[in-house]
Amino acid sequence: MRKLFIAVAMLAPLAALPAGKIGGKVSVLGVWGGAELETFNKMVKPFEDRTGVKVEFEATRDLDAVLTTRVSAGSPPDLAVLPSPGKMADLARQGKLVDLGGVLNMAALKKSYAQGWIDLGSVDGKLVGVFPKADLKGLVWYDPKSLKAAGLSDAPKSFDDLLAEANAAAAKGVTPFAIGIESGAASGWVGTDWLENIFLKTYGPAKYKEWYEGKLPWTSPEVKSVWQTWGKIVGNPKLCYGGSQYILSTNFGQAFIPLFDNPPKAYFHFQATFIQGFIGKQFPALKAGEDFAFFALPPVKPEYAKSAEIAGDLVGMFKKTPQSAAFLDYLTTAEAQAYWVKGGNGLSPNREVPLSDYPNALSKRAAQILTSAEMTVFDASDMMPGKMNTAFWAAVVNFVSDPDQLDDILRQLDTVRADAYGK
Amino acid sequence: MSTAAPAALAPPRRGLEAVAARVAARGLLHAVLVGLSLLWLLPTVGLFVSSLRPAQQIATSGWWKALSTPFSFTLENYGYVLSQANMGRSFLNSLIIAIPSTVMPILVAAFAAYAFSWMRFPGRNVLFLVVVGLLVVPLQVTLIPVLRMFVATGISGTVPAVWIAHSAYGLPFAIYLLRSFMDELPVEMMESAALEGASHAQIFFKLVLPTSVPAVASLVIFQFMWVWNDLLVALIYLAGSPAVQPMTVTISSMVNSYGGGWEYLTAAAFISMMLPLVVFFALQRYFVRGILAGSVKG
Amino acid sequence: MWERLVWGLVAVAGVPLVLSGYVFAVERALSPFAARRRNALRPWLWLVPGVVLLAGFLIYPVVHTLVLSLFNATSTRFAGLGNYVHIFTERSMLTVLRNNLLWLLIFPTVTVVLGLVLAVLTDRVRYQWAVKAAIFVPMAISLVAAGVIWKFMYQYQPPGQPQTGTVNSFLSTLVPGFQPRAWLFDRALNNPALIFVLVWMWVGFAMVILYAALKGIDEALLEAARLEGATEFQIFFKITLPLMMPTVTVVTTTLVINVLKVFDVVYVMTNGSLGTDVIANRMYKEMFNYNDFGRASAFATLLLLAIIPVMFMNIKRFGRGGRA
Repeated sequence: MRKLFIAVAMLAPLAALPAGKIGGKVSVLGVWGGAELETFNKMVKPFEDRTGVKVEFEATRDLDAVLTTRVSAGSPPDLAVLPSPGKMADLARQGKLVDLGGVLNMAALKKSYAQGWIDLGSVDGKLVGVFPKADLKGLVWYDPKSLKAAGLSDAPKSFDDLLAEANAAAAKGVTPFAIGIESGAASGWVGTDWLENIFLKTYGPAKYKEWYEGKLPWTSPEVKSVWQTWGKIVGNPKLCYGGSQYILSTNFGQAFIPLFDNPPKAYFHFQATFIQGFIGKQFPALKAGEDFAFFALPPVKPEYAKSAEIAGDLVGMFKKTPQSAAFLDYLTTAEAQAYWVKGGNGLSPNREVPLSDYPNALSKRAAQILTSAEMTVFDASDMMPGKMNTAFWAAVVNFVSDPDQLDDILRQLDTVRADAYGK
Repeated sequence: MSTAAPAALAPPRRGLEAVAARVAARGLLHAVLVGLSLLWLLPTVGLFVSSLRPAQQIATSGWWKALSTPFSFTLENYGYVLSQANMGRSFLNSLIIAIPSTVMPILVAAFAAYAFSWMRFPGRNVLFLVVVGLLVVPLQVTLIPVLRMFVATGISGTVPAVWIAHSAYGLPFAIYLLRSFMDELPVEMMESAALEGASHAQIFFKLVLPTSVPAVASLVIFQFMWVWNDLLVALIYLAGSPAVQPMTVTISSMVNSYGGGWEYLTAAAFISMMLPLVVFFALQRYFVRGILAGSVKG
Repeated sequence: MWERLVWGLVAVAGVPLVLSGYVFAVERALSPFAARRRNALRPWLWLVPGVVLLAGFLIYPVVHTLVLSLFNATSTRFAGLGNYVHIFTERSMLTVLRNNLLWLLIFPTVTVVLGLVLAVLTDRVRYQWAVKAAIFVPMAISLVAAGVIWKFMYQYQPPGQPQTGTVNSFLSTLVPGFQPRAWLFDRALNNPALIFVLVWMWVGFAMVILYAALKGIDEALLEAARLEGATEFQIFFKITLPLMMPTVTVVTTTLVINVLKVFDVVYVMTNGSLGTDVIANRMYKEMFNYNDFGRASAFATLLLLAIIPVMFMNIKRFGRGGRA
């Protein structure tokens, strides 16, 4: 009986539209709230209508605590957004996650997802997590008009060019960068994005992997040089609006505001694609593409020009039921992901989602970069074990507060590294 | 007040000096009270004004700017919060969770406090110290074992599970506070009641509970508020049953995964604050009843 | 929906009825016994509901925690005192302990003194309800909202720019030459700034309970003192305060214990960065972010040990006497 149900569940999404009703319900724990939740609900609607499965979604921003508690107490949800690939690996090795190889149609998945995404969701060769949506990181946002007026380029060839230009501007009394790294309990993550992108574009994806896997010490010349490179920007009060106190105390969601002041107080803002939603909300009159745009952080070494950093929400399965299987399958389809894309809530890792679904030229460009990048890596801090990740965030805060302490900060990160990867 | 100094040297003008001193004292009294009240209200007023402003302006200018022209107030944040599909349902859920979660621990604690205060038994003080010691237990360490227990008994995800959990968490403080009040009850009052042949149950309900009204009232306020504002316990023990979620859970899901939409929290804060404030004002008058002073001394 | 409402009403009325019924049932059940037996059994029966709840929801988890603290991260291998050795040799531990001590010294003192002053003074003015409401409001606000409020309060804009944070703006206006500060991110200021947030939230608690105690004092005593010509200060220090002392101890103890496990404020505002970490926040991180139940339990055990002196403070008070 049960087997039959599963068979139906697997056939249903395959055939996409026709299928018998499954009924029942599936519980999903996630982080999506506000506009994301509205999009999610819209996305769920056709699935519920078609399968008769009721999707019970619970949102919490304290995902770590809720998921850890429920999993440890033996009462996990059917499906859950996982806090990070690092956490996913922990859960998978404890045997808490269902091997999706026997749940999803792998042939179909391989057709619509690049191998890179499948690898990211796999632990020890088993697929345990899939990405319903993604973000592109490492973008420099600007206001085309004010950039032009200030005589700054919107396409610097290299990181050094960008830095030289920024310094030249600063010499004329113009502040080039607006940075804010405050994010409540996760303060500092903005800085980890900076460092990861500089690392990637200096040393390439292979070294990058060594780094997040804990094989490359924080005190190594490579990692240290990356902090020093970023330090040339973040440690120079002439280059950053408001200096270190402002960087530390400004929320990442408001850090772009100086760019759009009249006259502008800064010109460049480094952030992932999701910030488009924040800009749109703060300044509803601004048009994406005309009044604000982005370029990818230029490479430090030219050979890594075509590399990109991504991040995304991972969904894993804790209980295999016909309903949870059907819903997880639905989440991976182009049909479902088009909702995220159209709602402006992220990019789709599914390459079958047509570019025309993206709401504006900017998100189309981001999607293009995402699909055309030759070297894609995932957010390194998310790949690290939880402890390393948190220590990394905190290290960023300490570094911004006092860049002279770099050696000490890196030594401490190495102490954590020895502890965090050991287990 | 310049007359105060010479007045101090001249005994015949004592009356005047006393008046001046009293005026000064009253002035100081008002200054301290009004000053502290304003200081304490300021953050909340700021939040309230912010909740009536468009989100864009909250981030770019201080809230006091809204108080000068050109005015630009909006009810948009409140509209959004109230339009949430399950706001009414979750308000009701919050009530259903909060009331028994307030009554149960206070009654249970009152029994225990009465026993600790007015009954003699071996191990009384040790047991009481254990109760006080339990105040320090961080809620977080209880989550996993308790949830496991709820799962095993099949009541996880139900409202009674949350009642029981809140009752247990509220007990140490309630027992501690009530015992310290009951300890102060006059021995003569208790003895005369016992001499008249009243049972412990009668003494408890007719004498002890009514005389402890100020302490009970303050406990009701705090326990109600803690439960009303609780997010963590509800999130964990009600997991898997969105239909019984309280307001705090609904409110928290208005913020997206990046923290965007926090402006709705400003409005939600005031909406959810109303009921605790009503409880506070409703119970305030019970503090003023000096039962101990009037009825006991004869 | 209606069904739930009905159930809710049943519970609202049923819970007190059942519990009151229990006490009368106890008396009834005890009546066949001899007086001595009755008096020996009765306290335990009165304590049963409370003890059961405490045992299941607090004592059992505490024992569980003590055991887990001797095991490794996944509770699969005995680790002896390894977790304790680890947390005490961590470099940041010194800062954590220093911060907890700072909270412990400042928070209860300031809160109790302010609460006492307010409880006593509000009683003397006609607009006392307004004062009490103003002081109480922060207690009624959820922690998440309080986090939003205080981020506004402490917001920072570079010097020379219009300040959007209340504190910086007011100080710039009032104090000539004042330079705006990033209150939460300045190592010299962040701990006091965090402590003040908690004081702001808890003074209402101290005030309400102390006021209840104040109202328990026999007015006649105070009147008599006044007639004998005692000043208000003398009355307060010689009569009111000594009579309120038991309650002051209760409030202080509660605040001390609560501040030992201070967590929320730190977690929401800084998550312990720039030298603001505290024991409970470390415990939370170990447990939920790192999934290291061994070390998390060791931190929790540390809190349990820290309370021992506080309990001795109370032994003196409750240990004496024994009535009826």
